[in-house]
Amino acid sequence: MIEIKDIYKSFYGSEVLKGISGKFEEGVTNLIIGGSGSGKTTLLKCMVGLHQPDSGSVMYDGRDFTPMTYEQRIEVRKEIGMLFQGSALFDSMTVEENIMFPLNMFTDQNRKEKLERVDFCLERVNLAGKNKLFPAELSGGMKKRVGIARAISMNPKYLFCDEPNSGLDPKTSIVIDELIQEITEEYKTTTIVVTHDMNSVMGIGDYILFLHEGKKFWEGSNKEIAHTDIKELNDFVFASRFMKAAKDKF
Amino acid sequence: MNFTNFGRYILLLKSVFRRPEKLKIYLKEIAKQMDYVGVGSLGLIAIISTFIGAVMTLQIAFQLVSDFIPKTIIGSVNRDSSILELSPTISAIVLAGKIGSAISSEIGSMRVTEQIDALEIMGINAPGYLILPKIISGITMVPMLVIISMFLSITGGYIGGSVSGAVTPAEYIQGITTDFNPYTITVALVKAFVFGFIITSVPAYEGFYVRGGALEVSQASTRAVVISCISILACDYIVTQLLL
Repeated sequence: MIEIKDIYKSFYGSEVLKGISGKFEEGVTNLIIGGSGSGKTTLLKCMVGLHQPDSGSVMYDGRDFTPMTYEQRIEVRKEIGMLFQGSALFDSMTVEENIMFPLNMFTDQNRKEKLERVDFCLERVNLAGKNKLFPAELSGGMKKRVGIARAISMNPKYLFCDEPNSGLDPKTSIVIDELIQEITEEYKTTTIVVTHDMNSVMGIGDYILFLHEGKKFWEGSNKEIAHTDIKELNDFVFASRFMKAAKDKF
Repeated sequence: MNFTNFGRYILLLKSVFRRPEKLKIYLKEIAKQMDYVGVGSLGLIAIISTFIGAVMTLQIAFQLVSDFIPKTIIGSVNRDSSILELSPTISAIVLAGKIGSAISSEIGSMRVTEQIDALEIMGINAPGYLILPKIISGITMVPMLVIISMFLSITGGYIGGSVSGAVTPAEYIQGITTDFNPYTITVALVKAFVFGFIITSVPAYEGFYVRGGALEVSQASTRAVVISCISILACDYIVTQLLL
């Protein structure tokens, strides 16, 4: 479980996060949603330590991550897997080398064991046999799936996904969403997905935290989201005419 | 570089020299970088050094037109100029353009495509993994390239002098073997070591802190080459002042 308490973050005097708190349980898909500039990616980066919050704390199963030293953080980071918006695969490495990279760095497995793990991860994301391809030879959806394979290669306890559907067609987006949900349930990971994709919200949002202008405006599940009367949330989720019509049928 | 940048540069270097996570992987990366910096630059350095040596011989011969000055002096001047100044400094400036821009672009691209963030999230010391192998390859391969450059520059002078008739081969060889002070080689290697560090660390710093996209990466690359060249010339003066 990950718990964030009263997170504040400013950049050059402009306050981006204004006291965000929340609890993200393991084995369920937790979503952070909000419009562009609402602070969701900044919150995610504060949680994984890419940004240092001005105040507040991030607790990984009771361990306060924010005051940790560089060396202490490494131990927590070994338990984190992350899928980036642009996949962030290493261009100079093949798919196999990308997935094997954390294993090379942090395990004493022999090459055969590592290759088996790579094959297992690739099979899990339905990309078996693509080991020798370079990222430049992959489609957007395949890159995301390799990103997921790399993220799960070390059996992470915590899985972070930054806009996993951006730039993907609706069908591929659903494939990625379902994959994230399956992995979360299968490995009991604490999964946090930052998104503004409404299919994801409705499809996999077991717990949703809605941010607006750097503040937490609402939290709940995808089943509850249709029944709120918070204007900011309704304006965001049901922005299109189609969604408005769909809401009326809920 | 202003003071803020200099401070960040020092802090980055502190991170670079942290204990590696796995030495074997770092050694593999160092070997790769040595191949790129050393072997990959050999052809360019060879061509430039040979021509500079040849041109130097012709220019020295042109300036020393006097019956009172023996022609053997052409070889001596060419030798000392090549060893002390031309080989280390010109090689370093050329390498700053070739290697420096490549390092800055590579690391900058990794930054804007979140590959550096991915390394950090995995618990890997990104400055160490990305920059340390480059610095080690710079401080080892640049001195080697400079030694080769010295040899080729002096050889180029021999060829240029012989072909043009500015100096006979015998006079040239007598010149380069007369009053040779081996300490000049030490000075040149100290310079090469310092330049190798600058050529790799300054562009790495510029690339590492890029913010934005493709435009900012190219701007960082240009800045890296300019700052490297100025730093090389400033350090050239300081090392010369200290050691000679």
